[in-house]
Amino acid sequence: MSNLIEIKNVSKTYGNYKALDNISINVPRQSIYGLLGPNGAGKTTLIRMLNQITAPDEGSIIFNGETLNRSHITQIGYLPEERGLYKSMKVGEQAIYLAQLKGVSQKDAEKRLKSWFNKFDILNWWDRKVEELSKGMQQKIQFIVTVIHNPQLLIFDEPFSGFDPINVNLLKKEILELRDKGATIIFSTHNMASVEELCDNIMLINKGKKILEGSVYQIKQDNKENKFEVVLRNSEIQEFRNSGGCVLPEGFSIISADDKDVNSETTLVISADKEINPNVLINYLSEKGTIISYRELLPSMNDIFINKVNS
Amino acid sequence: MNNLSIILKREYLTRVKKRSFIILTFLGPILFAALMIAPSLLMIKSEKMESKKAIAVLDETSWFEGKFENTDVNTFVYYDENENIDSLKKLVFEGIYDAVLYIPMTSLNIPVNAKLYSNKQIPMTLSSHIRNSMKQEVEHQKLLASGIDPKIVKSVQTNINVATIRMDSENEEKTSYAELEYIIGLLLAAVIYFVIFIFSSQVMRGVIEEKTNRIIEVIISSVKPFELMMGKILGIAMVGLTQFALWVVLTLAIYFVASGIILGPEILSPSGTVMTEQIEQLTEMSKSQDVMLEAVNMIQSINFSAILWSFLIYFIFGFLLFAAVFAAIGSMVDNETDSQQFSTVVALPLMISIICAPTLVNNPDSSLGLWLSMIPFTSPVAMMIRIPFGVPYLQVGISLSILIITFVGITWIAAKIYRTGILMYGKKPSWKEIWKWLRY
Repeated sequence: MSNLIEIKNVSKTYGNYKALDNISINVPRQSIYGLLGPNGAGKTTLIRMLNQITAPDEGSIIFNGETLNRSHITQIGYLPEERGLYKSMKVGEQAIYLAQLKGVSQKDAEKRLKSWFNKFDILNWWDRKVEELSKGMQQKIQFIVTVIHNPQLLIFDEPFSGFDPINVNLLKKEILELRDKGATIIFSTHNMASVEELCDNIMLINKGKKILEGSVYQIKQDNKENKFEVVLRNSEIQEFRNSGGCVLPEGFSIISADDKDVNSETTLVISADKEINPNVLINYLSEKGTIISYRELLPSMNDIFINKVNS
Repeated sequence: MNNLSIILKREYLTRVKKRSFIILTFLGPILFAALMIAPSLLMIKSEKMESKKAIAVLDETSWFEGKFENTDVNTFVYYDENENIDSLKKLVFEGIYDAVLYIPMTSLNIPVNAKLYSNKQIPMTLSSHIRNSMKQEVEHQKLLASGIDPKIVKSVQTNINVATIRMDSENEEKTSYAELEYIIGLLLAAVIYFVIFIFSSQVMRGVIEEKTNRIIEVIISSVKPFELMMGKILGIAMVGLTQFALWVVLTLAIYFVASGIILGPEILSPSGTVMTEQIEQLTEMSKSQDVMLEAVNMIQSINFSAILWSFLIYFIFGFLLFAAVFAAIGSMVDNETDSQQFSTVVALPLMISIICAPTLVNNPDSSLGLWLSMIPFTSPVAMMIRIPFGVPYLQVGISLSILIITFVGITWIAAKIYRTGILMYGKKPSWKEIWKWLRY
């Protein structure tokens, strides 16, 4: 069984509003799966279904080969977008309480929490009240209680919102570490940079419908526009261009040329026809001057997101 | 430990450890004990506290010469009828007298008016002493004038004592003391009204807290909303019962200790209730064996264990019913201000039963009483009013059954509203939307 989660033809309707429309996805074990989509797309509804807060009207969800049921609750850790803690409760007490609700015994909870608190260097917060802590501090605690029961599946809804850059990095490191230790992670976000950095697979949904799914690599490949960026030594290319030889081989055309700085380099952005082997371009240009760098321009997830949602 | 008990434990412990709970737990009994001790204390001390008073009497009618009896605190000094009232008034300011009693000559033959001048507040006991003495004397004179010997009148005066006896069964007869039952009924109604209201609105505040804290989603990803709701309701019920038990124990303890110190040991009787004590004083004053016996009967006629048990049962189920409704309300709103529209509607039946309380104590077995003790939202209050008077077991059984069935039904509905409501943010739902939630 290579998939931890299999969502099959799931739909959910609230009144006249179709929150999810026939969604199917597979989440491979020990991978990071990104749920992308604009606000109101249905991400939270899907996440709440995985947490059994709501149930699908149609379709089924398979967890670890079994139909999702209450016994899986302790196998899932959830950090919701709307998250908080009891303000007037002490940090340690509260963390133990939340761990107990996930089926960890009080003794184990205390032991594990102390080691996490130690790791994050926040052991001195144990007896402080939550209301005395800053928002970022509270989020660290929320992260800890999300993972305290060593769940197989971790669901993070906008995990980075409200964190400062230092803590975002800390969190990313922890998320990757958790995956490497065997956890499967689903995370929902608007932060496209973190998607490219972290996700193995993604699904893009809009208005309850799936519009894109696959591995980050594949999606980029599927959406690329065959653009290349070549950097050439400036003096040489100047000669090449002045000689009127600014004509590229058939199937290639220059989109932009940046040669403001006469003494250094020129950056060319070149588009190519689909079937053409890009090596032709390299061979051609290498005769004209020295190629400093060459790379294929792949669309960012941000571009793909905006493109797909708008269309 | 299952989820319900984990939640219950948290709800209970966080509340019991709160400073406000501890303060209220200790303040309550002090207040109650003070309420119990104060009347007896005042009764005993008032005489000692009352200062001696000298009263000058200027009686122009000459009817009352020597008719005002001197007491421990009041001394009457009689002046000649030709004495000037103004010069006597001056003596008050000079501190020679505390008051001047002026009985002016009237055009009628019978003096019915008097004036009591003083530069200080006149104690009620003094004015009533004067009034009674005058009344007695005038009546005496009137009787003489009509040719009736006052002694005969006195001899025909008879005190009639009607003992009201309720027959609960053919062999069981009980003397009922409506006045005492009246007081106990009203007191219990007020207490149960307040405790149900205070503790069930705590449930609402707890739910709103979880919503505004945004912790709710974390918790219901671990437990069912129903478990969370019931854990909260039951935890707060336990808080209520704990507070209640502590109040009873502490009140009695403080009462015993304080009355021992303040009132002296002779006041304390083994049963130690305020009734016996006040009645003992009554006994002492009237020096009548009958009253003493009557008092003991009175206390014994009240079935305290029945009252205590029914209070507990009606508190528990009344609380559970209202708590479920308040939990649903809490889930529908984002802050307490928004909850008022809904909670007023819910609290209305409780208020109605409180408004009907005076009618109910006057006639506990009326059809109004019967109906109010059957309707589940009014029955806890209505029944607490009626129970001191005695209610047939069948009625209590039916009333409790209706209450429990309604509680189960309402909890089921409340859970449905709660389940949806806790995840809704931003706007107050309309009644139509709530109806929709019920059918999700």
